[in-house]
Amino acid sequence: MSTTAIQPVPSGRRLKRFMADRPLIPLIILLVILVVVLQILRPGIVNERWLANTVKFAIPLAILAGCQTMTMLTGGIDLSVGTVATMSAFIMATQVVNHDPAVAILIALVPAVLIGLVNGIGVGVFRVHPLIMTLGTSLIGTGCLQVYQRTVIASGAKIPPFLAWLGTGLTYGVPNALLLFVPIAVLIVFTLNRTGFGRLLYAVGDNEGAARLSGVRYWQVITALYVISSVLAGITGLLYIGLIKAPSLSLAEPLVLPSVAAAVIGGTSIFGGRGGYTGTIIGALILTVLTTLLTILQMPEGARRILFGLIVLFVTAAYLRIIEDR
Amino acid sequence: MTRLVRRQGWVAGLLVLFVVLFVITKLIQPGYGSGDFGSLVRAVLPYAFAVAAQTIVVIAGGIDLSVGAMMALTSVTAASMMDGASEEYALFVVPFVLAMGLVLGAVNGMLIVVTRVPDIVVTLATLFVLQGAALLVLGAPGGAVAEWLRATIVGTVAIPGLPEISAWIPKALVLLVVCLCIIWIPLRRSKLGLSIYAIGSSELAAFRSGVPVARTKIIAYALSGLFAAMGGLALTMSTGIGAPIPGPYLLASVAAVVLGGVALGGGKGGLLGPIVAVFVLRLVRTDLTLLAIDPNVTAIIEGAIMVAVVMFGAFITMRSRSS
Repeated sequence: MSTTAIQPVPSGRRLKRFMADRPLIPLIILLVILVVVLQILRPGIVNERWLANTVKFAIPLAILAGCQTMTMLTGGIDLSVGTVATMSAFIMATQVVNHDPAVAILIALVPAVLIGLVNGIGVGVFRVHPLIMTLGTSLIGTGCLQVYQRTVIASGAKIPPFLAWLGTGLTYGVPNALLLFVPIAVLIVFTLNRTGFGRLLYAVGDNEGAARLSGVRYWQVITALYVISSVLAGITGLLYIGLIKAPSLSLAEPLVLPSVAAAVIGGTSIFGGRGGYTGTIIGALILTVLTTLLTILQMPEGARRILFGLIVLFVTAAYLRIIEDR
Repeated sequence: MTRLVRRQGWVAGLLVLFVVLFVITKLIQPGYGSGDFGSLVRAVLPYAFAVAAQTIVVIAGGIDLSVGAMMALTSVTAASMMDGASEEYALFVVPFVLAMGLVLGAVNGMLIVVTRVPDIVVTLATLFVLQGAALLVLGAPGGAVAEWLRATIVGTVAIPGLPEISAWIPKALVLLVVCLCIIWIPLRRSKLGLSIYAIGSSELAAFRSGVPVARTKIIAYALSGLFAAMGGLALTMSTGIGAPIPGPYLLASVAAVVLGGVALGGGKGGLLGPIVAVFVLRLVRTDLTLLAIDPNVTAIIEGAIMVAVVMFGAFITMRSRSS
């Protein structure tokens, strides 16, 4: 490719370089294209209500994808987010029958902290591969939840009106969930870009040995990271139950793989050290719009999954090409 | 000799663990006999093939998240093709499904090589695709299987004159050993097998010493697909139907691979360890069931054991690396 350096830069190449400098642009373009396709297929669907709905469903996905983004920055992944979210949602919905909502929410977040702690210690201290560790804890979590379900089978479940308001409500056409999401997103972006902890995450993911030699306490960073990730997943569960309004033992499971996909599409490297949360948010929006698109096309569930997988693959490959700028 | 012990130490430990567990099983349930062992092997069969599929890819330095989905697709394909068809037709179905696994696995590998997307993402995407395809083939559990195929895994091998021993050799075990050996032993002894270990150990070093990295990787994934197809067939053979939703094969396969002493970074380990590991994991489950423990609690214990073992294994590796 060295010959092209002498010749005048072709326009395609310049475009690529421009996109490499601003990785968000191709994502936003893709999002706009998807929305336009949606509008062409079903004229008039894109209105305020649709927008609010899309944002509402994208938010839980975006928070979970935030967990993935942060863990991926260190070269990890957190596959227990689905189980943690389901657990906190289910426990909250059953505990709120006997307790004050605030107490129930606190109780519900205890398992989230515990699972995060186990993940963090497993990955940080014992150096288990994060994929295995989080898959394992999610298996344990699901088992615990099934046992727990037996003990509360008689008491029933309900959703506190506050969470339903937060999950589904609109104020002047704007989803209330943004009240929760905007601070979380700002906090994540701020933490990643402006604080020491955020830099440590990038440092550990980029070159663990170097980070360790420069005095980073690896296990402390990783443990803190996985606890944060789990707590965020727990909060997502509380929000998601307000949106879905039906507690079940597989509530948030379908969000796990899309959350990984959203972070990957958003440009976070699964090998660590590169990426950011803004891309992930757009990735979550893209996936949500895509889901709507496929639903409208009335694709059978199977074909939907196939297309979903292919698009994830295609977008990642295309994105990699643009970023690499060869 | 010491080298052999050190190299096979992990597998030997697992075998001892298996024997200990077996003795415990005998203590819990004195009536535990050859028939129960046969059903254990039948239950292990799909898991063992899933583990083999995962092992070969992990040795090559990758990971295959689509193992479970591949098994689901091959299983429903086999079951729906054999549904209402004649017994002889199955003679055609089996090679067809195996070839399908081989090709789909190769596609996995090619996608990884061509797109240069991390394997974990590519196989995540193919997981979606294969799962979707399985749902298109068969919307709900159904289909059928040829009788002679079922018969190949039910019952025991009859060795004339040795009824006591032959009662402990279920046909399923023979099938498993034969299928794995036919592929694994020639592979292990060939240049190709060496190449697979080489690219898993260090892709760059392998490339610089003239190993065709791309081709080797594609072949590793193709073989993984073949094993997964065997797993899918085994699933159909043991249940008699095909189910489009994959079981917990992904997690189980990764856990058994790690428990079996195959480093997740690649380049280390063999096939025997993970296969023994999957037997150990299944036997633990049997024991817990025999102890009349609530199946949900069983899931917790099983998960905790898996996590604890993996943590312990990682700890040992870390200690040996630093010393």
